[in-house]
Amino acid sequence: MSLLEKALESGKFGVTAEMAPPKGYDFTKQLEDAQLLSGKVHGVNVTDMQSASLKASSLGLCIKLKQAGVEPILQVTGRDRSRMAIMADMLSAAAFGIDTMLALTGDHPVVGDCKQSKPVYDLDSVGILNMLSTMEVTDRDCGGNELDGSAPRFYKGAAVTPVYEPIQLQINKLRQKVDAGAKYIQTQGVFDMESLKRFLDLVDKANIKCHIMAGIIPLKAAGMAKYMNANVPGIAVPQDMIDRLEAAAAEGKEKGVKGLPMQLGIEMAAEFIAKIHDEKICDGVHIMAIGAEKNVPTILEKAGITIE
Amino acid sequence: MIVTKKKPIEELMAMLGDAKKIAIIGCGSCATACATGGEKEVAELKKYLESQGRTVVATAMSDYCCMNLTTKGKVKGFDAAGAEAVVCMACGDGTQVVAANVKAPTYPANNTMFLGEAVKFGLFEEACHLCGNCVLGETGGICPITRCAKSLVNGPCGGSKNGKCEVNPENDCAWIAIYKRLEQQGRLDNLSKTRADKGYEDVAYPRTINIRG
Ligand code: SF4
Ligand code: SF4
Repeated sequence: MSLLEKALESGKFGVTAEMAPPKGYDFTKQLEDAQLLSGKVHGVNVTDMQSASLKASSLGLCIKLKQAGVEPILQVTGRDRSRMAIMADMLSAAAFGIDTMLALTGDHPVVGDCKQSKPVYDLDSVGILNMLSTMEVTDRDCGGNELDGSAPRFYKGAAVTPVYEPIQLQINKLRQKVDAGAKYIQTQGVFDMESLKRFLDLVDKANIKCHIMAGIIPLKAAGMAKYMNANVPGIAVPQDMIDRLEAAAAEGKEKGVKGLPMQLGIEMAAEFIAKIHDEKICDGVHIMAIGAEKNVPTILEKAGITIE
Repeated sequence: MIVTKKKPIEELMAMLGDAKKIAIIGCGSCATACATGGEKEVAELKKYLESQGRTVVATAMSDYCCMNLTTKGKVKGFDAAGAEAVVCMACGDGTQVVAANVKAPTYPANNTMFLGEAVKFGLFEEACHLCGNCVLGETGGICPITRCAKSLVNGPCGGSKNGKCEVNPENDCAWIAIYKRLEQQGRLDNLSKTRADKGYEDVAYPRTINIRG
């Protein structure tokens, strides 16, 4: 049983951090960052060519993490792999002791950096979850054929976009994901407590039972926030946060100190996490530091979060 | 209908190589509606080829190039007329029917784009991917296989922004459109059901249907 499963299923506050494999085959930085995260998070969630930008595979880095003693969470999208390829990878993952996964539909290749690639989408996130759940129950593969031995079991998760119009569409799909076997749900990055609460309320009203982990993106600069607001679906950084980051940049310039906006971003993320934790707003957080994974321990420390 | 787009004329000329005697066939249905292979376009191509020093030995129109029975008779005389090359101004299907019925090599004048709807004159939108197992009854008559850029069957991805698709912001998100249509029809409960995975067995191609028993 993975640390994340143990934590969430026993009612503890779950903490995961996201990490991207390199665009290359030198995993040194990732493994160094992972060591910093070890003991601070319940799992390192490895992206599967996020934004459809080519990287080493999620499975590859997950294996490396596992070998380094850090618990990996395998992200699996339906973009590049048919059901056969996904199932084959999951069997291999299980052989390496990987037992926690996150199913995503995946960004389309045309928005990525290898636009010629053929989009597959044999299965969407719900389809991937269903396939794995069926395998677990029947000990059979995606074609209904008996596996050699019993099927591996995965602690399964999925994602949701809480700021979406009409939100009912996301709630419906969330229900399908949970019915298909998702036990934990990571949200898209949220910055505003009220919209997070509104969303959690709707999930409650819809009587959907799952562990929700709020997505946290530590901001690095006002420009990053503005860029995400304009380009990343489901992201809405409030104006006052952008103003504070801008003020920090101006202050840094005046005093000749670098990195003030990044520090402020760390503070703001820590405050947000502490509030979620202290007020028991949801079951955990998923931190997407986008390359600045080394800041995650600081953020958690400032938020007063430790995992036992 | 099958929506076609003219190939650049240079590409067609390159295919024709130095063939001197050419026959042209147009199509009375889809290609006429797309202005890629109606009588007008056949006459224009004839004129162009002649201006390039080629001889057009025969022209014909088939009501449906894609129907063997209709087309066979129309191209019958092409070889006898001495055609060294045949240009078909229909879709890829029509072109294959023509190619099977003449000895001279047949070349496509058009690129075949999609099965879609003529929204208004000159505007065509892709509408059906011929998935072999139609779900329109559950989705308010809007096809998620085709209108959603990821062919998602269980609801939207998280990527739509302002109702538009993440893949091409000129397109409406199919799932938001489906939602609105079902809402209007009071059938939103359709969305909470997970659709059975229909798989891809039905689209293993080439497919043949025989209703002759
Ligand atoms: S579901 Fe879509 S692709 Fe399939 S037959 Fe119906 S309209 Fe065509
Ligand atoms: S934005 Fe809508 S139409 Fe586009 S891929 Fe996502 S669900 Fe499909």
